[in-house]
Amino acid sequence: MRVGLFVTCLVDAIRPNIGLSTVKLLEEAGCEVVYPKSQTCCGQPAYNSGDRKSSQALAKKLMTEFSDVDYIVIPSGSCAGMVKVHYEELFDESPDLKAKAQWLAARTYELTDFLETVLGVESFATPFRGSITYHDSCAGLRELGVKKQPRSLLQKIPDLEIVELPGAEECCGFGGTFSVKYGDISGRIVDLKCDDVESTEADALVLGDLGCMMNIEGRLRRRGNKTTKVLHVSEVLAGMISDDSE
Amino acid sequence: MELTSHKFKSVSSQKLRDPKVQKALSQAKGKFVVSRAKAVKDLNNLEEIRQAAADVRNHCLANLDYYLEEWEKRATDSGTVVHWAESAEELNSIVANIAKENEVKKIIKSKSMIGEETGLNRFLEGHGIDVKETDLGEYIIQQAGEHPSHIIAPATHKSKDDIADLFAEKHGRQRLDDIEKLTHEAREILRPHFLDADMGITGANFMIAETGSTVIVTNEGNGRMTTTMPRVHVAISSIEKCLPTLDDFALIMRLLPRSATGQAISNYVSMTTGAKKLGDHDGPEQFHVIILDVGRSRVLGSELRDALRCIRCGACMNHCPVYQNIGGHSYGWVYPGPIGSVLTPAYKGIENAIDLPNAATFCNQCGVVCPVKIPLPDLMRKLREKQFERNLKSVSERWSLKIWAYCATRPRLYAIVTRILGRLGKILGGQKGYIRKIPLLDSEWTSHRDLPAPRGRTFRDIYSHKK
Repeated sequence: MRVGLFVTCLVDAIRPNIGLSTVKLLEEAGCEVVYPKSQTCCGQPAYNSGDRKSSQALAKKLMTEFSDVDYIVIPSGSCAGMVKVHYEELFDESPDLKAKAQWLAARTYELTDFLETVLGVESFATPFRGSITYHDSCAGLRELGVKKQPRSLLQKIPDLEIVELPGAEECCGFGGTFSVKYGDISGRIVDLKCDDVESTEADALVLGDLGCMMNIEGRLRRRGNKTTKVLHVSEVLAGMISDDSE
Repeated sequence: MELTSHKFKSVSSQKLRDPKVQKALSQAKGKFVVSRAKAVKDLNNLEEIRQAAADVRNHCLANLDYYLEEWEKRATDSGTVVHWAESAEELNSIVANIAKENEVKKIIKSKSMIGEETGLNRFLEGHGIDVKETDLGEYIIQQAGEHPSHIIAPATHKSKDDIADLFAEKHGRQRLDDIEKLTHEAREILRPHFLDADMGITGANFMIAETGSTVIVTNEGNGRMTTTMPRVHVAISSIEKCLPTLDDFALIMRLLPRSATGQAISNYVSMTTGAKKLGDHDGPEQFHVIILDVGRSRVLGSELRDALRCIRCGACMNHCPVYQNIGGHSYGWVYPGPIGSVLTPAYKGIENAIDLPNAATFCNQCGVVCPVKIPLPDLMRKLREKQFERNLKSVSERWSLKIWAYCATRPRLYAIVTRILGRLGKILGGQKGYIRKIPLLDSEWTSHRDLPAPRGRTFRDIYSHKK
């Protein structure tokens, strides 16, 4: 099974460990991982800023890069949602490209959805000593229906305890460029999220989107919380929580 | 109502720092979200009902000319006087003329957002007419000289204490701090006005084409008194609020109160078909309905058309993380929250409400709860596209997008740029790995958060090295 890895621009630049964890998970499950080196960004920032042309250009680029794989797997609900749900709409005026977008959409999966639904991964080797709480990022949850998949996978990790997060389905206030353009509002929303995270007293907050991770982790640290770990679900599943990417 | 959406950023920041507003908002949030969630659980086929409701609204909008004429015919047959108003000014003068012809000195009003749109109260007061809001929330707002901050709960930004202070001051009575007592006091003060008002003005949630009726969906009983007690009743509505049949109305009513207040049915559903007829014991001698356009027919022919399906339940704002924290006044016009972020630029001009469609995280909580399935984030994105096409975005945003897109479509350049930025970021992050302030940039990110620093090497470089 040839599985194309779209690692996302944020993971590539900021936290490559998420990409490495994803590779490990896919390879251990017997997939042949294909990583097109020319990949950059799925185009979502342009799309959500109203720059349709740039998002079309980037969508076309990604569709070409992943035209010969069985699946494309993305360790982000937000970027997977962009490819799976929105690409099609970008090419309403061009039937050929629209068909390509639909072909790709049918093969595109958010990482935990792929591990659980397609591969049916049964167990994970590395134990996690401690408790975690899980935040459902908006696009994964509401565009792709990713809710049970990460929890079901996490439960298969030896020793790991899951504490449910109050308001787990509420937005963390990231919203891409929103967090930079409306800092005061975004800052308040994430502050409330941090209250909820801390109320669980979990050792780690786990989630599936780096954008939301940076938002929540950044706010936790600014509030003076130095202990609650903020981890990507792939890092926990792969047992690669110490950041050894260097 | 005066448009102040251009002040969105400063007003919203101010609201975030106002402890009174924050307290009232957080109480309202819990109430609305929890009650709706409970109420929709009664429906075992919520998604089918939502789809059916969206279909009915779409069908009606696609045949709006037909249904409006049908409605007008039946309404006229039952003795209703129908007026059409293309502009806010036109609507206001029609009301003023009806008032003049009937020598009206006092008007009682039940809640109407159309009235807010056209600034009706101020206009009528300018003509020397005494206008009394009778919906409790609207009454509070009128006493305070403010505008509603929510379409179904106009005073939701006010706490019990604010209202107690306000009543004590305006009523010149002893300060009460019990909600029931405060409500009773308002009722005592309002009751005589119902009895001696010459005209009643209400909104109309819907106009039913099949029967020529108007409908109001309310909870306090003031609406029904307004439609029945004064000798003249004027209902103001807008063209998109038409529904083909009573069955369609019944369908919509399974969703409206549940989505709005979490009730299976509102306390009152008042349907008005014509004025008092021969042999009727009560009811107004005249019934006028004024139907407003102002922007609707333009939106009907645009890609924002889906927004006209709105049945004004307020669920989108109740569930919006942005609205929940800044409240309705920040949005600067009649309709706040996600639906307002679409309607305000659609009706008042994209260039006059630049922030609204941008001030959203696209979490799609609004789209999920909307009873008529309006794809609110998609509509806001369309507005962002219009802003981009019309060069209405800030210079810094346009340039950063341009530079970023230039790099992202050139993989080799992109690899080099991210490599450099990664190294730089790692240095800035220091030992702790967090950037507290980005040099040369006054970023709104770092005013509230640390920025987790890049780990140094890009995934691209690490992975290629490993292979």
